[in-house]
Amino acid sequence: MFRIKVSDRETTTELRSFLTNVASLGAGLCAIGLVFVVCGVNPFFAISKIFLGSFGSMYGFKETVTKAIPLIIIGGGLTLAFRARFWNIGAEGQLLMGAIASTWVGLAWGPHLPSAVIIPLMFLAGFIGGGLWGLIPAILKVRFSINEVISTLMLNYICAELVTLLIVGPWKGKTRFGFPGTDNLVDTATLGVIPGSRIHYLTLLLALVAVGILWVVVFKTRFGYEVRVIGENPDAGRYAGINFFKTSLIVMAISGGMAGLAGVGEVAGIHHHLTYPAAISSGYGFTAIIVAWLAKLNPVYAIVSGFFFAGILVGGDAIQISLGLPAATVQIVNGILLVCLIMGDFFFKNKITIKWGR
Amino acid sequence: MRKIKRLEMQGIFKSFQGVPANQDINLTVEAGEILGLLGENGAGKTTLMSILYGLFQPDKGKILINHRPVTLGSPLDSIHQGIGMVHQHFMLIQNHSVLENIALGYKKTPFFFPKIRIRDQVVAFAERFNFSIEPTKKIWQLSAGEQQRVEIIKALLNGADLLILDEPTSVLTPQEIEDLFEFLKRMKAQGHMVIIISHKLDEIMEICDRVTVIQKGRVVGVADTSTTDKRSLARMMIGREVLFNVEREPLPRGDTVLRVDDISVVGDKGTTVVHNMGFEVFANEIFGVAGVAGNGQRELAEAITGIRKIQSGRVYVKGVDITNMSPRYIYDAGLAHIPEERIRFGIAPGLFLYDNAILKQHHLDKFSKLLFLEYSQIKDHARSLVEGYRVSTHSIDIQTKNLSGGNIQKLILGREISEKPPLLVASHPTYGLDVGATEYLREELLTRRREGGAILLFSEDLEEVMKLCDRIAVIFEGEFMAVLDSGDPRLADIGLMMAGSLAVSC
Repeated sequence: MFRIKVSDRETTTELRSFLTNVASLGAGLCAIGLVFVVCGVNPFFAISKIFLGSFGSMYGFKETVTKAIPLIIIGGGLTLAFRARFWNIGAEGQLLMGAIASTWVGLAWGPHLPSAVIIPLMFLAGFIGGGLWGLIPAILKVRFSINEVISTLMLNYICAELVTLLIVGPWKGKTRFGFPGTDNLVDTATLGVIPGSRIHYLTLLLALVAVGILWVVVFKTRFGYEVRVIGENPDAGRYAGINFFKTSLIVMAISGGMAGLAGVGEVAGIHHHLTYPAAISSGYGFTAIIVAWLAKLNPVYAIVSGFFFAGILVGGDAIQISLGLPAATVQIVNGILLVCLIMGDFFFKNKITIKWGR
Repeated sequence: MRKIKRLEMQGIFKSFQGVPANQDINLTVEAGEILGLLGENGAGKTTLMSILYGLFQPDKGKILINHRPVTLGSPLDSIHQGIGMVHQHFMLIQNHSVLENIALGYKKTPFFFPKIRIRDQVVAFAERFNFSIEPTKKIWQLSAGEQQRVEIIKALLNGADLLILDEPTSVLTPQEIEDLFEFLKRMKAQGHMVIIISHKLDEIMEICDRVTVIQKGRVVGVADTSTTDKRSLARMMIGREVLFNVEREPLPRGDTVLRVDDISVVGDKGTTVVHNMGFEVFANEIFGVAGVAGNGQRELAEAITGIRKIQSGRVYVKGVDITNMSPRYIYDAGLAHIPEERIRFGIAPGLFLYDNAILKQHHLDKFSKLLFLEYSQIKDHARSLVEGYRVSTHSIDIQTKNLSGGNIQKLILGREISEKPPLLVASHPTYGLDVGATEYLREELLTRRREGGAILLFSEDLEEVMKLCDRIAVIFEGEFMAVLDSGDPRLADIGLMMAGSLAVSC
C-alpha cells in the first residue's frame, strides 16, 4: 500500500515553468510514439517525418508558415479569454463568422471599391463578425450563468451549418456549375501571397501586430490588469469592484474578433471564396486552444507555439501521405500533446509526494 | 455488546506547520455518557476530534480504548474500533437516495441488490430509535435535520459506539434540535457514548453530562453540568476574568462616519442572517463586533463593503448612500476593507506584489493615465508600502503567493490604510498572525483612530476587542445582544452574550 499526497507548490520559477513544458512535450512525444507502435509504424521514423515534413523542406516550411497564421491570431486571442478564465472553445465558430462577414463584404462591395479600401473593410467585418458571435456566450454566462464551455462549443455547430446553408443556398455561386460554394472574390478583394507559396503576408503581419498589441493590453493597461486579477482570483476581482459584465464582454469581443480575423485570412488569402466549413478551417479554432495553453497564456509566446503546432499539422499531412496513416492521426497527436501539457501544468502547480507503507 | 466502554485521550499534542493546535490534551468519556467539548472557534476542538476519527495523527500522546492503547491511522481504523463522526458539513451525495448513501459507506453492503437488503436494516433502525426517515428520497430533497439523521444512521450502522458530532445544531431549526436531543438521550440510554463539539452554552447545559473546556489548544477545565452553571463555563471558555487594561487614550467622539440603518442580509443558504440591524460608527472610534463565527458577522461585513446584497435598509458613509453600490463606488466613498479571508478576497496570488499593492486603487489617477497603468508610480507605491508596513520580502517583483500569511496581511493593511480612508472595515485582521505582527497591526489600527479614522472591527479574539475598541457590540444569530462602552462592567458576562444566553438593553 502507498499513499499519494498532493500539496500546493509554494514557490514557482520561470525556469521550472519552461522545463515543465519541455518535459510535457517530451512525454507527449513518447505517448505518440506508442500510438505509432500500435499502428505498426516505426515511431522514430514517424516522428522525425513529422518534423522533417514541416520544417525540413522549403515547401513544408512555407506550408507551416501558412498554417501558423490562423493559429497565431486565434491562439493569441484565446490567451486573453483563458486569462480571464473564460473557457472559449468556440473559436472555430467565431472564425467561420468572420469568414461569412468578410465574404459578404467582399462579394457585395469588392467590385466597386479599390483594394486599399475593401481589404481593411473585410478585416473589419471579420473582426466584428467573430466578435459579435463571441459576445453571445459572454452575455449568456454573465447574465444567466450558462456555462461557456457548453455554449461556445455548441455555437460552433450552428456556424458550421450556417456556412453550409449559405454555400448550397442563397450564396451559391453562378460560376460553380451547381457545386456548393460562393463565387470567387474579385482579385482586388483577395490577399497577396509571397510568390511560390500560400503565405498571405498581410494576415501574417496582422497576426504579429495583433498579438503584440494584445501583450501591451494584457500587461500594461488597466483593462489588462482587471483581466489578470479576475483570472487569478475572481473573488478578489469582486472585492476590488471590477465590473465582470463589462470585462467579460470586452474579453470575448477581442477573443472572438481575432478568431474572425483568421477567418478573413482563410477566405481572402487561401480559398478566395466561401466553401465547406471543414475546408475553410480544418480545426484551427480547436488547435489554437493548445497553442494558447502552450504559450502559457502569453500572447507573444503564441507566435512560437503557433508555429510549433502548424508544423505538427503539416507534418501530420506528410505522414498521412508517406506512411498511409489515417487522417485522424494529426488530431490524436494534438490531443495527446494537450493532455500532456495540462498534466504538466498540474505537476507544475502541485507537489506530489508518495509515501510507502500504511 | 458494546465495543467501547471507556475511551481516553492522554497527553495529545498536534501542531500544523509549527502552530500548535492541541497541547497536552486529556479527555475521558465513558459508556452511557454525553460529553460536551466547549471552546471558541480555533480553540482546537475539531482538530482533537479529527485525531480521534483517524483523520490526523497526533504528534504525541496516546488513545486508549477500554484501557488498551490503539492506533487510529485512518477513519477506517476508527470505524473498526467503533468510533463514528458526523461532520459539520455533511458528507453525503446529493443526487443519491438515503439508502444509496448509507450503502456506500457500509461495510456489510452486499454486492448484489444492496439497496433491498439494507433497506430492512435501516427501517428497523429507524423504529428502534423512533424517528422517521424516507429511505428512497434523494438527499437534496431532505432538510438539514434529516440529512443529519442519515449521517447518524450511517455511523451507527457501521457499529459506532462512540459518536462524535461537530457543531450538530448549527444548521438545525429549534424543533430539529429538540428531536436530535431526544434521539441522543435514547442513544445514551442504550449505552452509546457521544461527544458534542459546541460553543453554545445552553445546549451544552441541556444535553451533556460532562463538559471539557478547551482554550487555545489546551484543556482549561472539566466540569459536570449538574454542578456548574453557564456563567462559570463562559468564563472558562473565554479563559480569564475580562480585563480592562486600556492602552488607548480617550478621544472625543467625532462625526458620524458610518450609519447602518435597519439592514437585513441573506446568507449563502438563503436564510436571513442579519436581522434589521442598525448602528453608527464615529470618527476617532474603533467599533468592535464580537461573537462566535457564523452569527452573521461575515455577511454583515460583506454587505457593508458591497460584496453581498442588502435586502432592506440603507448604509451611509459620511452621508453618502452606498447601499448595494459596487465595491469600487464604496471605496471611492471612503470605505477601505481588510477582508476576512485575505487569500481568497484580498489578493490575486499569481500576480506580482506590486500588482497587488493597488488592487482597489488601480483606477485612481495617480496609478493610471488614460488606459495605461503607470508602473513606475505603482512600483514606488509598492516599495513604500513594503517599507512603511514592514512587509518582509526581498523584492517587490515576486508573486504574492510566495509571501507568508502575515506579510500578505501587512501588505493588505498597508494598501487599505495608506490612503487614509475615513472608514476602515477590518475583519479578523490579526487572525493567524504571530505575536509581533499582531501587535504591529493593532498599533496601526490605533494610529488610524488617532488620526481621525473610524474603524469597524470584526473579531473573535476577545482580548483584541477589549484592548482596541471604544464600543463593543456582541452579535448572536444576526442580532446585537448588546452594544456597550468598553468600560462597562456588564462586559464581564460577554461570554454569555456571545452564546446567546444574555441580552443587555442599552
